[in-house]
Amino acid sequence: MKNPLESLQNTILLGLAITIVMALVVKYTF
Amino acid sequence: MDFLTDPYAVFLVRWFHIMSGIMWIGLLWYFNFVQIPNMPKIPDEQKPAISKVIAPAALFWFRWAALATIVFGLFQGWQLGWGRDALALGFTTGSAKMMMIGFGMWFGIIMAINVWFVIWPNQQKALGLVEVPAEDKPAAARMAMLFSRTNTMLSIPMMYSMIAGPHLM
Repeated sequence: MKNPLESLQNTILLGLAITIVMALVVKYTF
Repeated sequence: MDFLTDPYAVFLVRWFHIMSGIMWIGLLWYFNFVQIPNMPKIPDEQKPAISKVIAPAALFWFRWAALATIVFGLFQGWQLGWGRDALALGFTTGSAKMMMIGFGMWFGIIMAINVWFVIWPNQQKALGLVEVPAEDKPAAARMAMLFSRTNTMLSIPMMYSMIAGPHLM
């Protein structure tokens, strides 16, 4: 199976997904 | 030691932090968006121009810029008096701003650790800067590439929180 990190597009999408999760954590923690 | 927390000293450290950060992430993006994807298009006899000349020079500025960014950043946290609260992700102060900038600091710290302890040692093997058996080189190159790509992924939320902390919260 191809490592998901092999694909630069997947890398960017993962980065954006982390950004959204992180922003929601901050928004709803305080 | 008051001069270390003088407003102009704070500004100077922020300036250096941002400049070294641009150099670090700029070179990270160069590796991931320009160099690595285009290596297969370069004829084999021309590849040493990249692997022997460009990549080692880029890696020099890349890893030292990473260290400088972290040092200036942590020093800035100390100067402003909230470094520890941010590293504690705001739970000590109940501040969303501290949590946001703290996420960015931890992403940056993890990325710098990846640079110095994974990417650089493996690049030294892959580029032949240290002697290793030829059959070990592809694994080292792959490891360096995967961690470089991980750092590209982490650079997106890192920069989001670095900018959102002071400008959105």
